[in-house]
Amino acid sequence: MTAGAAPHLAHRAKRRRDVVTPEGIALPFTVASRGARAGALLLDLTLMFVTSIVVTLALIWIAGGLFEAIGGSGETSGAVEFIAVFWTLFWFLLWNGYFMIMEMGPRGATFGKRATGIRVASREGGRLTPEAVVARNLLRDIELFLPIVFLMSAPSGETGAAGIAAAAWFLVFLLFPFFNRDALRAGDLIAGTWVVEAPRAALAETLSTEGAAREGASALTGAEYRFGEAELSIYGEYELQTLERVLRDGRPEALESVHQAICRKIGWNPGNGDERAFLEAFYAQLRARLESDMRFGKRKADKFS
Amino acid sequence: MKAPILKTLFGKAEVASPPDIEAAALRSDRFRLEREHDWRRLEDIVGRMEKGRLRGLSDDDVLALPALYRTAASSLAVARETSLDAATLEYLDSLVQRAWFQVYGPRHGFVAWLRGFLGGGLSRAIRAIWLDICIALAVMVAGTITGWLLVAQDREWYYAFVPVQFADTRVPGASREVLLESLQVEKDAQGMSTFAAFLFSNNAGVSILAFALGFAFGIPSLMLLVHNMAILGAMLWLYADAGLTLEFAAWLSVHGTTELFAILLAGAAGMHIGRSMAFPGNRSILAAAAESGRRGAQVMVGVVLMLVAAALLEAFPRQLLGTEGRLIIGCVMLLFWLAYFFAFGQERKA
Repeated sequence: MTAGAAPHLAHRAKRRRDVVTPEGIALPFTVASRGARAGALLLDLTLMFVTSIVVTLALIWIAGGLFEAIGGSGETSGAVEFIAVFWTLFWFLLWNGYFMIMEMGPRGATFGKRATGIRVASREGGRLTPEAVVARNLLRDIELFLPIVFLMSAPSGETGAAGIAAAAWFLVFLLFPFFNRDALRAGDLIAGTWVVEAPRAALAETLSTEGAAREGASALTGAEYRFGEAELSIYGEYELQTLERVLRDGRPEALESVHQAICRKIGWNPGNGDERAFLEAFYAQLRARLESDMRFGKRKADKFS
Repeated sequence: MKAPILKTLFGKAEVASPPDIEAAALRSDRFRLEREHDWRRLEDIVGRMEKGRLRGLSDDDVLALPALYRTAASSLAVARETSLDAATLEYLDSLVQRAWFQVYGPRHGFVAWLRGFLGGGLSRAIRAIWLDICIALAVMVAGTITGWLLVAQDREWYYAFVPVQFADTRVPGASREVLLESLQVEKDAQGMSTFAAFLFSNNAGVSILAFALGFAFGIPSLMLLVHNMAILGAMLWLYADAGLTLEFAAWLSVHGTTELFAILLAGAAGMHIGRSMAFPGNRSILAAAAESGRRGAQVMVGVVLMLVAAALLEAFPRQLLGTEGRLIIGCVMLLFWLAYFFAFGQERKA
């Protein structure tokens, strides 16, 4: 688990942008990955598709019931007409209004975006205005539906050279997010918006108030772990935070292998059975040392620096 | 491992008592434990705002929100410089971001926005793109004249402009009676509301496309306007030739003044974006695109509303009224739109 985390974090760092709030705090935003956005779009389209099918079937059923009840006489036509009007307007509102109304809400995200943990935000850090939401959703036609239509019809040759040219041109809009750093689509461009990750992290327990970090000694064996200057100067912040993840995950095999790796590095004799207490103590003391250095403006990013 | 799960399911109200602050071995953890209570309160308020449950918030909570947000933001700034606890930093990042979206989020809801929009926002946006409207209008007039002149010179052009299945009886050489028949008044309103709904969703879809194409293509979308207006010019010639100019104009104007105006605005809005990206002036291209895009979006919302009116006019008065009635409604609608867009909602000058 820990081995896979490093490239993942490096990749996230590439998508990180700082927006300075009016309080002067650089608030980090992570630009949503193109995969998450495509997934959100697929979820939304599926949802809309299923909703329209269900509503259409329900209306057909109601209309059929009306015909049976009155036998198709003149009186039903008013009701049937109402159903037809309702269906047409419903269809228009669903396919044009769903994205707009959802993104105007307090979460700034459709159901699909919520499921993938992303939201729409204003690019320059101001508030997300309704105009911007409308603007970014008006271009969906030329970014999604028209390119697909042209891509399906162009290879058949029926539309000729003009069809191929149109398909190539629309492809520019379909692939727009792949050609800029912030993964903006054409709608984001004209609305001044972007799509960012909206993490919802829960507050974890404090590690230094538990176990050997607090007592200074193992509850299991009573052994007291004290690390010296040389032992604590090997690792940096990156290793500390990796160790934090291992402790929070608490998987025994990971604890064991990390315990062995640390003992090898600092030249201790790895024992058995008391890995957690050892790691907790090592974590607390390493963090105390790195944080006190930090207060004096000395930072150590990782074991190589 | 089962006990904690049950505890979170059933014992949510009972908050775990925070660990003894003095017991924390690390200074950064003591810092966190001292402020944790405020953070959790902020998280609770923000969570409720995100769910749209504003009524559940007490006055105290609403008043406390900005202060709690600033506390959390300053905690984040301090924690970044003093703490290496990745979990806490991640939590604070996400909490401050969520709170920021709520504190600096939209101040008013959809209804309040709509009121401001109809009460002047739309008119201002339309006045701001006056140059593009003039260009699109010139293009449309030129298209109509071109269609007229070409067909007047050579009747074969008529078939080039007007789709054949669309114009079954309305062809050059058709008698006056046949043409008059096509402008006939319907007897009753049966089926008309379905027709109106269809017209609306069709036309609105087309105008959204016209807007998007205006951005995507620029000049070619002007050609599209020319082509469509050429059809109009050709048909105008056809009816004028049979001495039915007034009847045709009435038939067209009842909804046409609204619908053509809407199409004009949609084309102009799209062109506005393309033009401001080509000539951004002192702004960056991205800033220019964003500014004009938002203005264009306002115009487009107005266009959709106009098309609702146009569809209703096309389905009912056009099919049910005579020539004078149609002309009067058409002119009144045109005057109404002009007055609303160009005279209403002026910015107050200080």
